[in-house]
Amino acid sequence: MIEIRFHGRGGQGTVVATILLAKAFFQAGYQVQSFPFFGVERRGAPVEAYVRLDKNKILLRTNVTAPNHVAVQDQTLLNSINVTRGLKPDGWILINSPSTPANLKPFAGFQLAHVDANRIALNHKLGTRTHPIVNTTMIGAFARMLEMPSMEAIAAAIREDIQVEAQRNIEAAHEAFEAVCLMGRIG
Amino acid sequence: MKRVLEGSHAVAEAVRLAKVQVISAYPITPQTHIVEILSEYCTKGMMKAKFLRVESEHSCMAALIGAQSTGVRTFTATSGQGLALMHELLHWAAGARLPIVMAEVNRALAPGWNIWVDQTDSLAQRDTGWIQMYCEDGQEVLDSTLQAFRLAEVVNLPVMIVLDAFYLSHTYEPVEVPSQEEVDQFLPPFEPKFRLDTAHPCGFGPLVAPGDYMEMRYHIAMAMEEALDRFDEIEAAFAAQFNRRYGPVEAIDCEDADIVFITTGTVTSTCRLVLQDLRAKGEKVGILKLKLLRPFPTEQIREKLRSVKKVAVVDRNFSFGASGIFAQEVRAALCNMPVHPTVFGFVAGIGGRDVTPELLEMIYWQTKTSDVPQKESVWMGLREVKNVD
Repeated sequence: MIEIRFHGRGGQGTVVATILLAKAFFQAGYQVQSFPFFGVERRGAPVEAYVRLDKNKILLRTNVTAPNHVAVQDQTLLNSINVTRGLKPDGWILINSPSTPANLKPFAGFQLAHVDANRIALNHKLGTRTHPIVNTTMIGAFARMLEMPSMEAIAAAIREDIQVEAQRNIEAAHEAFEAVCLMGRIG
Repeated sequence: MKRVLEGSHAVAEAVRLAKVQVISAYPITPQTHIVEILSEYCTKGMMKAKFLRVESEHSCMAALIGAQSTGVRTFTATSGQGLALMHELLHWAAGARLPIVMAEVNRALAPGWNIWVDQTDSLAQRDTGWIQMYCEDGQEVLDSTLQAFRLAEVVNLPVMIVLDAFYLSHTYEPVEVPSQEEVDQFLPPFEPKFRLDTAHPCGFGPLVAPGDYMEMRYHIAMAMEEALDRFDEIEAAFAAQFNRRYGPVEAIDCEDADIVFITTGTVTSTCRLVLQDLRAKGEKVGILKLKLLRPFPTEQIREKLRSVKKVAVVDRNFSFGASGIFAQEVRAALCNMPVHPTVFGFVAGIGGRDVTPELLEMIYWQTKTSDVPQKESVWMGLREVKNVD
């Protein structure tokens, strides 16, 4: 079983990112589970949401405490949240950032990837300059990073859930898939 | 078609497919997503239901009692404090023999203010005359909601579909959603046995003196008893059409088990994993999942536990001054058997705390290594608590 944790801020579509990813993995033949951090949500406050995927029916009904991979939708969270909390060794961390993080120390022992999701989302007119909606962009980068699910599955999931501007979201996911920088293991 | 659905939306899909005619609701976390999407269905014309917004849960149930009395199919959803506020009218709905269906998302009661799972809210409604079904996953939620309408309408008693806050209500997973044609075949339109009708005037809810009240109560008791047989028939019809069946209880690997977990809700699902691990280590262990609280499936429980030595009941609830509530029910069901398993009661996951595989394994080993229970209820995973003078 693979467990994934998404970090974001309330209003960035973090929960939707995990729902879309779960739906895409389901399209790709996996059994899936996705759920938000069980709590209260406020705009701008740190948010977590999770995906589980497996070849068999998922029976585990607990919180995710030791994820295999992590995605960070807002790099300002790196200052306040320990995004590697419980992360398994060699797990991937995908960060929404225009460049390599200056301090790589916290990521030692994990694999790092980054994508300029704000720029890509805005290119495709998703959200506004102060509040870009980066979730579909992030899952495009995520699919490249894990080499699954396929972009066809990602596009199908977006089409199922997002009635307005589905095409722009799919294009943003594609652009992120191409643009993501896979740095690999940080020593 | 299989779709990735939230537990709350699995309820809502069943309500849409059941062609419910009146929905009344007052919002409360964590059931919000159920009535939120139902109101959307009504607005978009995907459902031809009248959606009544009311000022409280008490009014909500009052509105449904009125609506249901006219012979239409009705639904609501609530949680925790909301259910508590409905309490008076829950008795009324059952006493008036109205087949209302309600989804109840288990939420801890305040104070301390807590929106997370705890079954004490629904268990506190045990004696109101409502049928109660505890569900394990999204598929069971959808299937049970469809079955609930048929069961309620055949025995003229209200049904509560109970699901864990967040672990079920807010969790997305693949759920088979039947087509409208399939559901229409399983669940024909409601044909009330009695209803308010100006063409045929009659009185409802008059004063009932001691000469008749007791017989009216006995009728409810008989209807509850009948509900067990009807549930079996309805499940058989459902299984014939959809190939899924749950049972009032489900016995998993109980035939040769020395120790059996007794679980409800999503804890059953996690416990299935623990069972696989323990069985792989050669432990003779099983699970008895309880789905029905009322009517309580006493005979089925006795039958499944006939040759079991010990049971470990996992309660996500508590009755102060006594013990975990399912443990009490199980003890009561077993005590008149000449030989019966020893009942170990455990309280876990109160107020939304995780019930992990590790915790369930601890429960197993504690049960295995003790000859008799230390206490009526052992609270698991508790931090040190000091007595206050």
